[in-house]
Amino acid sequence: MAVSRSGAPDVVVAGTFTSLRRVSRYTAVTDDDLREMLDAIGVASVDDLFASIPAALRLDRPLDLPAGLPEQAVYEHLRELASRNASTEDEVTFLGAGMYDHYVPAVIDMLMERSEFLTPYTPYQPEISQGGLQVMFEYQTAISELTGLPVSNASVYEGPSALAAAGWLAAQTTGRPRFVISEGTHPHSRETLRTLSVGYQTTVDEVPLRDGATDLEALKGALDTDHRSASPTAAVFVQQPNFLGAVEDVAALAQAAHEHGALLVVAADPLTLGVLEAPGAQGADLCVGEGQTLGNRLDFGGPSFGFFAAAQAHLRKMPGRIAGETRDVDGRRGFVLTLQTREQHIRREKATSNICTAQALNALGGVVYLSWLGREGLVELGELMLQRTHYAREKLSALDGVEKLHDRPVVREFALRLAAPVERVIERCRAAGINPGLALTDDGLLVAITERRTRTEIDRFAEVLDAAVAAERSAVGASA
Amino acid sequence: MSAAVADTQTIFEKGRPGRRAFTAPDLDVPHVDGLLPEAMRRTQEPALPEVSEPELVRHYVNLSKRNFDLDSGFYPLGSCTMKHNPRLHERVAALPGHARLHPFQDPSGAQGALELMWNLERALAEISGLSHVSLQPSAGSHGELAGVLLARAYHEDRGEQRIEVLTPDTAHGTNPATVTMAGLKVVKVATDQDGGVDLDDLRAKAGPQTACIMLTNPNTLGVFDANIQEIAAIVHGVGGVLYYDGANLNAVMGITRPGDMGFDIVHFNLHKTFTQPHGGGGPGSGPIAVSDRVEPYLMVPRIERVDSGNGAEPRFELESDHPKSIGRLRGFHGNYGTFVRSYAYIRSLGAEGLKDASVTAVLNANYLLARLEQAGVAQYLPLAFGTLCMHEFVLSGGPMKRELGIRTLDLAKRLLDHGFHPPTVYFPLLVDEALLVEPTETETKETLDGFADAIAEILREAAEDPEIARTAPHTTPVRRLDEAAAAKRPRIRESLSAETA
Repeated sequence: MAVSRSGAPDVVVAGTFTSLRRVSRYTAVTDDDLREMLDAIGVASVDDLFASIPAALRLDRPLDLPAGLPEQAVYEHLRELASRNASTEDEVTFLGAGMYDHYVPAVIDMLMERSEFLTPYTPYQPEISQGGLQVMFEYQTAISELTGLPVSNASVYEGPSALAAAGWLAAQTTGRPRFVISEGTHPHSRETLRTLSVGYQTTVDEVPLRDGATDLEALKGALDTDHRSASPTAAVFVQQPNFLGAVEDVAALAQAAHEHGALLVVAADPLTLGVLEAPGAQGADLCVGEGQTLGNRLDFGGPSFGFFAAAQAHLRKMPGRIAGETRDVDGRRGFVLTLQTREQHIRREKATSNICTAQALNALGGVVYLSWLGREGLVELGELMLQRTHYAREKLSALDGVEKLHDRPVVREFALRLAAPVERVIERCRAAGINPGLALTDDGLLVAITERRTRTEIDRFAEVLDAAVAAERSAVGASA
Repeated sequence: MSAAVADTQTIFEKGRPGRRAFTAPDLDVPHVDGLLPEAMRRTQEPALPEVSEPELVRHYVNLSKRNFDLDSGFYPLGSCTMKHNPRLHERVAALPGHARLHPFQDPSGAQGALELMWNLERALAEISGLSHVSLQPSAGSHGELAGVLLARAYHEDRGEQRIEVLTPDTAHGTNPATVTMAGLKVVKVATDQDGGVDLDDLRAKAGPQTACIMLTNPNTLGVFDANIQEIAAIVHGVGGVLYYDGANLNAVMGITRPGDMGFDIVHFNLHKTFTQPHGGGGPGSGPIAVSDRVEPYLMVPRIERVDSGNGAEPRFELESDHPKSIGRLRGFHGNYGTFVRSYAYIRSLGAEGLKDASVTAVLNANYLLARLEQAGVAQYLPLAFGTLCMHEFVLSGGPMKRELGIRTLDLAKRLLDHGFHPPTVYFPLLVDEALLVEPTETETKETLDGFADAIAEILREAAEDPEIARTAPHTTPVRRLDEAAAAKRPRIRESLSAETA
């Protein structure tokens, strides 16, 4: 393996098969130990322990990997790699599109790094796992509160795969072979649903946006084709707020889906649900989504967690772990993994999902974050984002060569159209220390606001964007 | 146990209206009314907890004390590879350049991250003997799903609809569950008397309808299937693909490679073999490596290294132009934070250290097995197959149940009183009263001795009074819990708001 740049020299020390070279910092077998252990086993060398591996299959050379390094050298190497990434500490970022630069409170770092939460496996032995199990129960309660749906599992992988998992539940429950998904969902969600639909044996049709939100008439039209084909729809998928930041009319979309017997799956940003109506209260059958906004760091896209909430009817078709309350033999309150007969380790090929390891530690971060924000804080934070997003949208769209992509209500993100090549505008803004957002097709720009983006930063962004657009327009004019 | 640790009130129950841990930043822009239509605005806010920061910290710290964890004690949970989680990894993963990097950052501002991923891909390719890697899957079962979809795409591209997946009866439950989600059909293959795949049964069931076989090697019995070349020949002979469940890779790093055994697809569990802390049920990470013939179908985006020549540094790009790709399986690039940790681990150990880890894991497992025999345990808990093992072994509690009147479950619960996490119990399914033990390489001989002595002591105790084990544990925060009642009338949250009640 060629390790570029900052790695240690590619020196490979030949490993010996018959004796352990030395006590490494993560193992502890001394020469004396080795002798005693081999004696106890009754073999002459560690070679004998591998006798069942045919000689022809043994690797007759050391792995082509660099030699091991002391802890401090590994730290320096990883620090050097980190230094070549532009993080949200290095630039003021308006990037969002699924993951957002929110403030993560110190209590979360402290709790997520506690050995007792960080290092156990899945709680298969409930008597010594009450902490983790109660966290799951509290997390499920918080997700039910946010989504307005009575059933939540203890987490799935992340946002787009959570949406695809909802598709599997819908297809299994309805026995129908078709999905209809709004173009307002995250592109990664649509791509993931398409990938997995090959296995689900479902088809995927997309419904376009109209003025920034899901086109209700187009949705009804798409569902009406059900009557003329043998492919009735299992589920309709929408996102709240949608990929362009617009708030969707979930109630109307739910009604359209239900008129055709399809389930409505809403992929929601949980941090907006202090100000936006709960999807469950608007008729959503399933509410899923990306949990990163709840106290999880960006981590270049993961690990975070996906949440998965449902109406009561779907309890026994849910994927993944669910914690439930019970009593011990002495009558004390306790928690266990429950309804396990849904799961792969019991039901195998008839399980409701193949998921095993999910994102428990990240879900812990989620429930700690929600407890930190609290009942009033969630609403206050939502209101702050709502107001600053409005301010930024009006300020930026008032610039020459910048207009709103749509006029729909927005909460934390909005889309603009630039009268200049967006990629070049982004480059100019980044050179001025501001990451202006995500490039969309046709010179669109998706701009996200969090509580970390102050008015001062937004005003500075407006100046930088104004200059960048003007410079690009004059460059285009000059070359024309 | 202090009263605070014994407390089972939830954070919701502890809250009081008006308490808070959060101070909102000032509203620094003009307030505007009516930004949201009334129909879209939430009318009843979620009933989240209302606590101050000290209460918040105390609640979760006390809850944590109701958990057993790897940093506190021995955790020989078979098939889960509970090896030490170096703290260095938490430190480097938390560096802002890694932790606060946005996934949509332009590749020019993420060269360190992409180079790290590329280096990790190359290392996993070398360890597995398969050249092409995708880091995208979020966990082992997610990697399995990728693998079976890849096998399916491979056959369909050849105009073949192969619908059967062969899985041994020793397989992890995720294997058959994955097959169903990939739209294929499970065909079980029997286990022979040595604990390997029954070759006659395999020959009878392999055919033109076979899409792939899913195998773990060493398998969940801790047995390396020495017939693997023959198995590969049979499956390849009927045009099928071999899938390697990497759950047990910790036994063979630097010793033998799935690619050299004939496998076409392998998934890794970074949260087992490569020390990503398990977090009480995730995050995990399930990268896959594939052979040349499966490569065209691999997930996108992929990382590409662009060498510009002229002695300039290489550049790393995300690339999605692969028309035969099955697409993507999740958002963004995978669980990057786990890549940082596992890459740090690989650089700490190096080629020789990884091999030492596997050799020591196998040595520790065999030593523990020998110590249990010396302590007289084998009479009641015999090894299910063979005489030696790889990195884990399966004991059968059948004789213990018959002669001492305690079940494997009782033994496991009594181990809790001795301060040990029990091994995996009742898996694999084909062993009566199974106990699957995986000590890992990071435990000392003294710890293994202590564990063997504890099992011997529990058996001695059971010979005199089996009731102690049958009613164990006795020293844990709660004792045996009524799981049947929990499933019969599920209470899976607190009922707070009217709309969710």
